[in-house]
Amino acid sequence: MGYTFDFGAVFDRAPELFWGSLGTLGLAVAGMILALAIGILGVAARTSKNKLVQSPVIAFVEIVRNTPFLVQIFFIYFALPLMGIRLNPTATAIIALGINGGAYAIEIIRGGVESVNKGQVEAGFALGLHKADVFRLIVLKPALRAIYPSLTSQFVMLTLTTSVCTSIAAYELTSAAQRIESDTFRSFEVYFSVTAIYLVISSLMMGIFALISRSYFNYPTR
Amino acid sequence: MGPIGENELFFLLQGLKWTVLLAFIGFVGGGVFGILIALVRTSKNRFARFVSSGYIALFQGTPLLMQLFVVYYGVALLGVDVNAWIAVAIAFTLHASAFLGEIWRGSIEAVPKGQTEAANALGLHYISRMKDVVLPQALKISMPATIGFLVQLIKGTSLAAIVGFIELTRAGQIISNQTYRPLLVFGIVGMVYFIICWPLSHIGSGLEKRMARAVR
Repeated sequence: MGYTFDFGAVFDRAPELFWGSLGTLGLAVAGMILALAIGILGVAARTSKNKLVQSPVIAFVEIVRNTPFLVQIFFIYFALPLMGIRLNPTATAIIALGINGGAYAIEIIRGGVESVNKGQVEAGFALGLHKADVFRLIVLKPALRAIYPSLTSQFVMLTLTTSVCTSIAAYELTSAAQRIESDTFRSFEVYFSVTAIYLVISSLMMGIFALISRSYFNYPTR
Repeated sequence: MGPIGENELFFLLQGLKWTVLLAFIGFVGGGVFGILIALVRTSKNRFARFVSSGYIALFQGTPLLMQLFVVYYGVALLGVDVNAWIAVAIAFTLHASAFLGEIWRGSIEAVPKGQTEAANALGLHYISRMKDVVLPQALKISMPATIGFLVQLIKGTSLAAIVGFIELTRAGQIISNQTYRPLLVFGIVGMVYFIICWPLSHIGSGLEKRMARAVR
């Protein structure tokens, strides 16, 4: 008993925590972009009539969603060099995040595409709208609006998941924390502070997502 | 490279035992506290609602890995000499209680208001109203999300490996280091998780579809 907290040891390393946070944000943004790309391509394949194109996507989604991210990142980390691809841990982490997030994105985006009302598309054509306008205004925007809440909360989850990338020594906040911990032995103080930083990051992201939603989807539904 | 023999598989099985046990403790413990949190979150007291929503936001806004680290070292600071697995189990319980609490809050609010009003009109007091009228219906509504979270929790126990706790993933890491067959070992480990999680996911989405049809 009688433990005295020493957060000074953590504050001394503030620059490292700052750069680590930027690393986390970088991983998160790159992972999101990759996940979104995989999601869109996956939905295109998933909704195709060809079973040969469809079933690998279904299998991919089921496998990724029912195994832990940590096992996935280890698998990818060891599998890539065997395929002759040599990447640094950070690039490997981005691929793992993209693949993991992509599987969830496929399911979310598919739900959005299916939610678009066919009658409205026909109504758009009947009003003489151009094909591109029908897609942009009647298909894309309502679909985006429908999936926006689940997609963005998935993105926040992805951001929190980046902390697992410390297991392959990618450059981000948790690995910075582990370095500081092994230097200072102030385990509790380090992880407590870093948890607070994550809370700030995820709250900021949620705030930004909410702002975008308020400006872009600001029209009545009925 | 070494072979993956009986000993290695047995070691993985022992890891699996801890994975299942951790998920079970987290789910049951999280369930008990989760109900309390859901009830507090839907109560009339504003301060209690504020505290419980803060608790939920805290656990949903930070990585599970950090929660494990903070609880793991935090318990040690309290001066209680506990086993590593107890510290990890506490962390998973806290984590699960926040998520289940939020899921069940939504379900409680999804029970039609008329049910509560009818229970009031019948003169039922709070405990009976909740226990006999609202919660049974809320539980049914929450089933798909609850099962979905159970899958998340089972997968989440793998993070205990980073704290150094030997469960399935950590056992896999150790075997992989011994035999230099990472792809085979992590393939097996992933398959074991899949065999546990996939049927659960399937049940969950099946229930969801059935309920969606019932509403229509």
